[in-house]
Amino acid sequence: MSTSTLGTPTPTPGVACAPAARRRPGTLRRMLRTTALVAFALAFLFPFYYMFIGSLQAEPDTSPAGAFPTGGLTLDNYREINTEINLLRSLLNSGIFTGGAILGTVVFGVLAGYALAQLSFRGRGALFGLVLLVQVVPFQLLLIPLYVLIVRGYGLADSYLGMILPFAINTTAVFVFRQFFLQLPADLFAAARVDGASELRILWSVALPLVRPALLTVVLLTFIGPWNEFLWPFLITKQTDMQPLAVSLANYLSNVAARAANPYGAILAGACVLAAPAVALFIAFQKHFTSTNIGSGVKG
Amino acid sequence: MSVRLTRGTHQHPGRRPVTALLGRHPVGLALIAPYAAFIVLVFAYPLGFAVWISFHDYFFAAPGAQVDRPFVGLENYRAVIGDPGVRQAFGNILVFLLINVPLTAVLALTLAVALNRSIRGRTFLRVAYYVPYVTASVAVVGVWLFLFSSDGLVNRVLGPLAPDPSWLVNETLAMPLIAVFVAWKQLGFFILLYLAALQTVPKELYESAAVDGATAWQRFRSVTVPAVRPATTLVVILATITGANLFTEPYLLTGGGGPNGASTSPVLLMYQRGIEQGAPDVAAAIGVLLVVGVVTVSMINRRLLERP
Repeated sequence: MSTSTLGTPTPTPGVACAPAARRRPGTLRRMLRTTALVAFALAFLFPFYYMFIGSLQAEPDTSPAGAFPTGGLTLDNYREINTEINLLRSLLNSGIFTGGAILGTVVFGVLAGYALAQLSFRGRGALFGLVLLVQVVPFQLLLIPLYVLIVRGYGLADSYLGMILPFAINTTAVFVFRQFFLQLPADLFAAARVDGASELRILWSVALPLVRPALLTVVLLTFIGPWNEFLWPFLITKQTDMQPLAVSLANYLSNVAARAANPYGAILAGACVLAAPAVALFIAFQKHFTSTNIGSGVKG
Repeated sequence: MSVRLTRGTHQHPGRRPVTALLGRHPVGLALIAPYAAFIVLVFAYPLGFAVWISFHDYFFAAPGAQVDRPFVGLENYRAVIGDPGVRQAFGNILVFLLINVPLTAVLALTLAVALNRSIRGRTFLRVAYYVPYVTASVAVVGVWLFLFSSDGLVNRVLGPLAPDPSWLVNETLAMPLIAVFVAWKQLGFFILLYLAALQTVPKELYESAAVDGATAWQRFRSVTVPAVRPATTLVVILATITGANLFTEPYLLTGGGGPNGASTSPVLLMYQRGIEQGAPDVAAAIGVLLVVGVVTVSMINRRLLERP
């Protein structure tokens, strides 16, 4: 598998092999294309800019000029949202929920991916079929039974375990790990087995160090799932001190905002706090969000 | 050679009956067991349970209480189909899909093709298109509420052209706006899928098309679009599944599926009927119907898109 990313230069098919006489319109076309792409990208980013600026304004100014304020920026909205919802507590809940989901996804995903890729045992084909099948089960159908089982049956409402449980396994991660382990030569593992190493030891000291990029990809992809998830934690948390930030902000947005002096300011401040970790991680590690990594995860 | 030798020492059917029974590496079963157990606990069992609930008179009872939940056949389904609110929600999601899916596929392919060329500032463009995808819906819903409120920036810019009633409280505009919102939010992911597919298109096809004097548009039509057809099928099916799961946007953006239920989605209805109003049996029946609908639409799409 090639690990080409958007950053890898690929030869321009039409322009590169065109005769010299056609190079000028090609350059013009390229400039037009770049301009259109940049304009589109700015339109894509505008809501994020507006979110940040809005979170710093004391009074909401919805005029076009208000989008580019020259002064009067304040952190009051952040103070306001922090008194309405305990930001630190909500962030902690989000962190525990996300951390638990990542831990489960990586541990179970590595074990299952390694077994499916490098070990031959009875039922492997059937299990891989099961993995494929699980990918097509939609969450809508599971919504009611999972709520009934986890909240009513196991009594896990308002608990981290109940929040994490449906996210502790991620079939996409199993696919990504399987894909990476498949690329490692079987001789490598055979040699380690001859030396008498146990499978767990081989996995830990031979296989895992070789798939470090996959590990990072899975951690990043898994992070955005639970961190941004709203529906499930919303269903199972009623106590405000157990709610992740996405849930407490949504509740503020739909219930409390009407009473605040500058509701949009406080909402946008909360939105910035919620968005910042995921966006920062993505920008820092954007090289690892490669088309092939994610493509292989989805396509198997 | 060495591989064969090592395998040979492990494969002694006479000496190791366990190998014949469980395969060469029975430890694989142990490694995959936690995953398999989870699949049963969190997917397989609830899946069967959902169908079971939908055929029974199911209601929430106090923990530990022994209650009778009689089999009612298709009663729940009859109630669901006879409910105008449910029919409206399914109609809404159809409107959503008709706008969202073509918009997503066309924009994602166009942008992926443009990004696939060597251009300056690609990292910036990559981040710009991908950032909405990595951001929480709840956060970006906040800013869209602000932008599209009746006194918001969009209406201020439009001036006299602003719709009345405003976007999110307008029965005809609420659902299309949500469809555009979701397309914007998810586009980065689908661009990545198309970019992966574009890497597999043979360069020779473009070269021979250029030699034949094909214009850029002709090359796009007759080389790129057919070559990425499997990716298009995937994009359409994934966008359909994402759309059918719609919940957060109507719940927050239009205050619970308003106005007058014009933006209610089936999943939102499952929450309202099943958990708020305490009728999980009806909600389970909506879920089963929704999944049947999604599978049907996906299969029709697949047939249409994979037709030679």
